[in-house]
Amino acid sequence: MSAALATFRGNMRTVRGALPNWVWGLILIALAILYPYITDNIDLPILGGHDDLLDASIQTLGYIIMALGLNIVVGMAGLLDLGYVAFYAIGAFVIGWLGSQHFPDINHGKGIHFLVQSESGISHQPIPGIHINFFLVIFIAAAFTAIWGAILGAPTLRLRGDYLAIVTLAFGEIVPRVFENSTSGFFGIGSIDFSNGRQGITPIDKINLPWTTDPFRYPLELKPAYWVALGMVFFTIFINRRLRDSRLGRAWIAVREDEVAAAAMGVNLVRTKLMAYAIGAAFGGFAGVFLGTYNNTVNVDQFEFGFSVFILCMVIIGGMGNLSGVIVGAIFLSLVNRDLLPELNTYPEKIGLNFDVTSINFGIFGFLLLVMMVLRPEGLIPSTRRKLELHEAELENEEIAGAMEPQLYEVRHE
Amino acid sequence: MEAASIPEQQPEPEARTPRRSAGNYIWDNILPVLLAVALLYFLAHDFDRTFDDLKTGLSNGTIWALIALGYTLVYGIIELINFAHGEVFMIGSFVSVSLWQLLGLTDTTAAVTGILCIIAVLPAAMLACGSLNVMIERVAYRPLRNAPKLAPLITAIGMSFILQNVGLLWRPTPDSAPDLIRSQVDYFQVFNTGIEHSDVFAVVVTVPMLVALLWFVGRTKYGKAMRATAQDMDAARLMGIDVDRTISLTFLLGGMLAGAAGVIYALYNGTIQFNQGFTAGLIAFTAAVMGGIGNLKGAVVGGLIIGVIQAISDDYAQPVWTNAIVFAILIMVMVFRPQGLFGEETREG
Repeated sequence: MSAALATFRGNMRTVRGALPNWVWGLILIALAILYPYITDNIDLPILGGHDDLLDASIQTLGYIIMALGLNIVVGMAGLLDLGYVAFYAIGAFVIGWLGSQHFPDINHGKGIHFLVQSESGISHQPIPGIHINFFLVIFIAAAFTAIWGAILGAPTLRLRGDYLAIVTLAFGEIVPRVFENSTSGFFGIGSIDFSNGRQGITPIDKINLPWTTDPFRYPLELKPAYWVALGMVFFTIFINRRLRDSRLGRAWIAVREDEVAAAAMGVNLVRTKLMAYAIGAAFGGFAGVFLGTYNNTVNVDQFEFGFSVFILCMVIIGGMGNLSGVIVGAIFLSLVNRDLLPELNTYPEKIGLNFDVTSINFGIFGFLLLVMMVLRPEGLIPSTRRKLELHEAELENEEIAGAMEPQLYEVRHE
Repeated sequence: MEAASIPEQQPEPEARTPRRSAGNYIWDNILPVLLAVALLYFLAHDFDRTFDDLKTGLSNGTIWALIALGYTLVYGIIELINFAHGEVFMIGSFVSVSLWQLLGLTDTTAAVTGILCIIAVLPAAMLACGSLNVMIERVAYRPLRNAPKLAPLITAIGMSFILQNVGLLWRPTPDSAPDLIRSQVDYFQVFNTGIEHSDVFAVVVTVPMLVALLWFVGRTKYGKAMRATAQDMDAARLMGIDVDRTISLTFLLGGMLAGAAGVIYALYNGTIQFNQGFTAGLIAFTAAVMGGIGNLKGAVVGGLIIGVIQAISDDYAQPVWTNAIVFAILIMVMVFRPQGLFGEETREG
């Protein structure tokens, strides 16, 4: 078995060595761009129809952005964030506010428009509400969520790993509740309806290229939306790669491995951690805007704790700290969630049980988390460095025969 | 951690006690004082209404206290937030209601039969939850005891989701527990406030358990082993304490208390559902942090305080804000007073 695996790996290496890395990169990029045409021509019953598959792929691209964002916080800086959904929520509400008819009375009912179609095509009346071009809103939302990420990060800097997790979890629970209940001002202050309660804000503006007034026509035509999402993913990957190799990225890894040593080497802990939170959060907002407009609704029901864990699961299963691992994890979990679980649905009946497998999807993710963490904490495609860290305890334990327990993140700071 | 901290503990013990100035003293006590002032304000504002809230809060708080003790016990000994604890509590409710339904109890069952069945079911539910908690530790935490902190935390979340979905399969919709104690009937009156059967029941079940727990941890050999393991796992092992068994025992105790809380919750609230554990867990964790995590009496007091805060918030603000308020308190306590309201020295460095 292991011999076969070794041969397989050897073969893979030869294939990979046949072309330089950048050629493989180009091939992957080309495949990703041509993917909608590929899906037009394949017909697998398990993956659903062509449009179904493309639709799921677009959602997956959104999840990839979020997983990469969370990877900055959890994978690179080693800070467990259980409230990532809060940033998704904030980003989605930004497009809800800046790209819908949610504030109908603004500017005396004429609305505010920026680089978008400003009149109804049929009646030539101005469209009420704030409408700002999608490509601007993604960056506005990213900046806004980054600020919120820093606000969340600032007070938690003194906390250790597990306290941090709880504080972020509480934050992730508060934010949707605040949106849900802010139907007449925030905390009863003012009287503006920020969220339309449980109904949520809908419809949301479609994506609009700045130089045209003609919005994309998804869900009728999915390809343009796919390419926009793909562009956003490429942008995210690019930023992540540059960050990983930057001074800041190295500081994150240093903080993750040993806070005290990093501080002693002159790494500014406060700044480094805040940047991790802010940048990680920014990608949450970035993806939130896209998923908001693509799903055509911003609704508090989307922002449950389970979603935070869903994204966390992607990061962990793929391999914390490794970009390609996280991307694979995101694709894998989306596939499991959308295709594999409904497929498994026939099995409970066969063994005489009657339940819906899709309803316990989070139980299955929980199981995956558990198994993954116990058997292979470094993930499916680990980064070499992370793998070493996660197994360091075992290695050292062997050396000193279990007399002491080195704990990687156990840092005393008075 | 212990190994790393040995050189630091060598200096004189006085070096570790913080200097106390007047400003420090005020700052240290500002949160309890603020809470007391707020309570007095509400009492002065409308005595009867607030007293009713106080009653509801305290009896509800006993449930949070029982769950919080589980968090605090486990955190005290292995410094791990047992995320699945709230779910253990939920399973406790489910087990007890299932047993009552199995016994054929309904709302109209005679009081004596009802009480006898409660007395029979309570230990069963406690035992079930205790063993479940021990099993969780065996499966999810023990293999990772030497791994980085992140790892057991993540398995804890995984475990919590698994149990929650077990609950979902067990009872997909909210279910009602048989009203065995006639919970809404007034027992007696204090200041125009009816003390209901449910309030009395909650207190009557909880108090002996708390006393028993304090006795167990403080006075028995096993309790001593637990305290020793909490202080220094390696030293405890050198002293011949079976650390693994002590940790299992801690999980057993925590799970039993959560099971008892589940039984009380089912009778007190009348409805149970699969996602009750998540919120209850967070609330109880807030209580545990508030009392100073690792501090048993603190957890009880924290639970009662959270109960009262909830009741007052339900009454004076809107119930929809209550959870947000509790979680905001959680964040504030963690950020400003990570050692808890009462300034106990804990191991939070």
